[in-house]
Amino acid sequence: MNDFSAMMILSSIIAAACPIIFAAIGETITEKSGVINLSLDGTILLSAMTAFVISYSTGSVFLGFFMASLVGGFVALIVVFFSIYLRVSQVAVGFVLTLTCRDLAYFIGNPYSRLLGPQVQPLPIPFLSDLPFIGTAFFSHNVVVYVCYIFFFFSWFYIEKTPMGHILKAVGEHPHAAYSRGIHPHRIQLIYGFVGGVFVGIAGASYSLFMKAGWGRPQGCEGIGWIALALVIFGGWNISRVVIGCYLFSFLQVMGIFFQQWFPTFPSPVFQVAPFPLMIFSLVIIHVSQNDKIREWSKDKNVILFFLNRFSHSAPAHLGKRFHV
Amino acid sequence: MIEIIDIHKHYGHVKANNGISMTIKDGSIHAILGENGAGKSTLMKILSGYIHQNSGLIKINDQIVDFSSTSVAATFGIGMLYQDPMDFPQLSVIDNFMIGQAKGIFIKKRTFLNRFYHLSQSLGFSLEPDCLVKTLTVGERQQLEILRLLSLGTQVLILDEPTTGISDLQKDTLFSALTRLTRDGKSIVLVSHKLEDVETLCDTITVLRQGRVSGHMVKPFDTNKLLDLMFETRSSPPGRLVTSQGPVFFSLNQVSAKGGRVGLKNLNLKIHQHDVIGLAGLEGSGQSVFLKVSSGLLPVQSGTICLDNKNIVGKSHVYFQNSGITYLPSSRLEEGLVPGLSITQHVSLSARPKPLIVNHKKALISSRDAIDTFHIKARPDSYVETLSGGNQQRLLLSLLPLKPRLLLLENPTRGLDLSSAYFVWNHLQAFCKTDHTSILFTSSEIDEIMMVSNRILVFYDGKVVLDKKTAETTIHEIGAAIAGKSVHL
Amino acid sequence: MKRRMESYGKMVQLLFMNPVFFIGISLLLVFIMTSMVLILTGAPPFSVYKQIFLGSLSTGSKFGHVIKAWIPLTLCAIGLLYTFRINLWNIGVEGQMIIGAVFCTFIIRLFPNSPYPIMILFLAFFSSMMGGALWALLAGFLKTKGGVNEIFAGLGLNFVAQGLILWLIFGPWKRPGVASMSGTEIIPKGLWLSLIERTAIPPAGLILTFLALFVTYLLLKYTKIGLGLKAIGLNPKASLLFGLKPSLYMLLAMVFGGGLAGFAGCIQVTGVYHRLIPSISSNYGYLALLVVMLSNYDIRLVPIVSFFFSCLNVGSIQLPMVLHIDSSLSGVIQGSLVLTFLALHALHRRLSTPKEIQPS
Repeated sequence: MNDFSAMMILSSIIAAACPIIFAAIGETITEKSGVINLSLDGTILLSAMTAFVISYSTGSVFLGFFMASLVGGFVALIVVFFSIYLRVSQVAVGFVLTLTCRDLAYFIGNPYSRLLGPQVQPLPIPFLSDLPFIGTAFFSHNVVVYVCYIFFFFSWFYIEKTPMGHILKAVGEHPHAAYSRGIHPHRIQLIYGFVGGVFVGIAGASYSLFMKAGWGRPQGCEGIGWIALALVIFGGWNISRVVIGCYLFSFLQVMGIFFQQWFPTFPSPVFQVAPFPLMIFSLVIIHVSQNDKIREWSKDKNVILFFLNRFSHSAPAHLGKRFHV
Repeated sequence: MIEIIDIHKHYGHVKANNGISMTIKDGSIHAILGENGAGKSTLMKILSGYIHQNSGLIKINDQIVDFSSTSVAATFGIGMLYQDPMDFPQLSVIDNFMIGQAKGIFIKKRTFLNRFYHLSQSLGFSLEPDCLVKTLTVGERQQLEILRLLSLGTQVLILDEPTTGISDLQKDTLFSALTRLTRDGKSIVLVSHKLEDVETLCDTITVLRQGRVSGHMVKPFDTNKLLDLMFETRSSPPGRLVTSQGPVFFSLNQVSAKGGRVGLKNLNLKIHQHDVIGLAGLEGSGQSVFLKVSSGLLPVQSGTICLDNKNIVGKSHVYFQNSGITYLPSSRLEEGLVPGLSITQHVSLSARPKPLIVNHKKALISSRDAIDTFHIKARPDSYVETLSGGNQQRLLLSLLPLKPRLLLLENPTRGLDLSSAYFVWNHLQAFCKTDHTSILFTSSEIDEIMMVSNRILVFYDGKVVLDKKTAETTIHEIGAAIAGKSVHL
Repeated sequence: MKRRMESYGKMVQLLFMNPVFFIGISLLLVFIMTSMVLILTGAPPFSVYKQIFLGSLSTGSKFGHVIKAWIPLTLCAIGLLYTFRINLWNIGVEGQMIIGAVFCTFIIRLFPNSPYPIMILFLAFFSSMMGGALWALLAGFLKTKGGVNEIFAGLGLNFVAQGLILWLIFGPWKRPGVASMSGTEIIPKGLWLSLIERTAIPPAGLILTFLALFVTYLLLKYTKIGLGLKAIGLNPKASLLFGLKPSLYMLLAMVFGGGLAGFAGCIQVTGVYHRLIPSISSNYGYLALLVVMLSNYDIRLVPIVSFFFSCLNVGSIQLPMVLHIDSSLSGVIQGSLVLTFLALHALHRRLSTPKEIQPS
């Protein structure tokens, strides 16, 4: 492989990871507040459709992104609303919404299938894109990809370093303790449920407006929502690890094309399955790493202990449960 | 100065606070004393704004205040240290310190670190700010909460059972810190069952009993009088059972276990047939861990449990059950019964051995029998969650196996009226008479223990501190042992 | 007069107690909602409903197609009753169905020219159940031993099964010469489930589905397994005191659920597609979850709701051709029905449970 193709691969990995990062970080934010929004797969499709239809009819890509993010936020709000005010299980509502939003997207978007609509135009950053190697890989994309760089740094900073981020984590970990400190857990869950949904909506728009530009059935982003949910777990609810997971998945996805050339008997979807066994495996490790006996056993085995500690993170303690005083 | 005037708080039919009035002076340490369920925690949650009273007033310096939330209470300088740690184990000490205090976009970590060091130095605490809270001991988590509350500008610090589960050294540190705080003019409200702690530390004591104030007292304290105020004496006992003691059949040797706040430490115990043993002690002193360990529900860390001289440690709960050891939990609806199932279905569930096909007709007949013999006010198809506490307990009794060898009962009469309680005891005593059954039970009411048991164990801090025949002890000796104090009369 | 009022009130109360009432109300609301959406998108709502009706129930052959969809959907839904009873979210029905189909195809490929096709079919039925059950058991073990939430375990295994079936179709089991999404070779005619004349209904599948309904009804209602599942689902802590082992029952429920799903996969291979195709599960695994939720976990309602859903699915196939409307309309109706039902049911529950009692 020469330099050029390596650069192209890296460039496409960066671009392909962008919508997944939006979706996975959006879901991480929602889950940090203790709400699990299972509807991602449907939400992404619905917002992808919205983005395409809006920007097709108005000609404005920006308006497409804007409406898609509103749709994403709205779907997430339904989950939170059902959970807080009707006390219906978040999982049940999320699951029903997954299917409903998907079908709604296909239904409403049907007249717009296979039309040529506006796309986000590439915008190489002057000077930076001229840098050898990294210029093409990192700075010859469109503006959404650049926003994505800023976004993951900002969301990491927000959650780890700001008082608001601490309040968010506090609600997901121990809403009673948060309440005793004058924080209103329900309000926080509504806010961050919406915010997380907004980013999931942006992920959907990214698909229909540049990654897999256009609308049709299948659109090409089916299954991404589940992958984003899996990546949140894989990353242990930690923004930087989730982002690493996203790039890892994107790498697998892009390499799938090459693997297919090397092993022609394997269809490409086989490689796309790879993150799921990985997710299950990491969940088992998370469980194992918290087992007292295993901890005892690995006390003087440095390598294993290091490995266990890397995985020894846990979900927000109050994830998926309801809070009331 | 804080005045509490005629506070009422009801949960359903339970009157947790039933007209409580008291005054807390500035710069003093004021203790609230009482048994489990006397209404202490409820009162303190009201005072700190966590819950709202149904009626009654709170006045601070003659000004009526209304706490709609904890943050409102905080602005009036009231802060509470809860019994269950209200912190975030996954976050670091300094982050815990900042949550709820820090505002704005950027955290001024340096400012908070300075404040943190300054405060902890002045109180003699030594906490590492970057440690994760889950690695701290209960005592250290308390220290962190106290620092946080003081940093918020707390003038009145409420502590709910602060000395349970912390080491003696930490207790000393805590007490000297509290004394120092009163010198700065702050008031401390200490909620406790522990007489010794209260007596050494406090200036004033208010004793609660069954949701009401049963008395006030100022230093110096008369221990016996306090005990009288705390523990009510009730009349007309169902009577102690007089039977000859049988041979030893069940024993625990050097048993230690984890669980609750204090666990169980090196317990040695021999149980004879016909024994009715009352387990006294504050809630969470190890009794319930002991019952769960003895019924095979909790694993032991070390030691042996012997039934007929055979070690049965490590066997499943089902094995214990089949050997005739039965456990009844105190939270009937949460742990003992299955809400959503009817009485008949419970009868079918407890049939043993279970046939593959459930015989509805037979179950219906047995549940009618149970309803008749145990005076359960319900129909066979009533769902258990619709029954009153007394009827739920009768139902649980009716589900007991025919010839139990050992009954482990957690608060068997909690929440029952007198006649129900007597009914329960009459039935239980019948087991001892006819089936050589032994009974171990916990109760927060000393009278009940004195009345029905022929042997009493007092738990304190995960250990048995008193083991005597009922005839050879007094209510004062037991009360003192419960409060962690040995009184010689 | 007073008495009449009382009996009236009692009737209203009884009505509210019944989930069918809420399903009816939801149906009405969703009907109005869908009509509005249709009008907004410029389609005449009544011709749409008429088309769905005509497309599903107007002729015997169309009715046959509905039953053809009803069989696997109902089988999966019955399986879910076991897992929901013990409070498990078996989201992995899709994967269990796929693995069932794979096992079935495997057996058929082993004995393509057997002189006893009935024997092979029975063997295929049995092994597909085993396959589905094994796949479900895997999720069950991940839950009980590995501490993995059953939703993520099931979901992950769905995708793994999807990968597996694609690999088989494009790899070892590809049609000689061409590997394509259209699936493997057609299985020998002797191994096709026989159909009722001029319809697509396989009587064997129909009979076995009714049998499964009946057996499940008895099992859940009259045996210690049904009672145990319910008790553990409602209160795992107390069930321990009644001598029940939650993890054992969880695995048992997964085996039942997976077995039925695997069997549904087998019906898809031998009765519907006559070969293994990538989308062999036809999304019935996910749809079955909706069926069970709308049935309020009541087995008596499952076949009815399942029938209604099948009608919607089959009836909407013609929509794109006749009215230029996407067939996913059926999914939109199904999803919003469940959502509305959940909301109404929860609202009723919240309003009927008394709040904290105020002092008099």
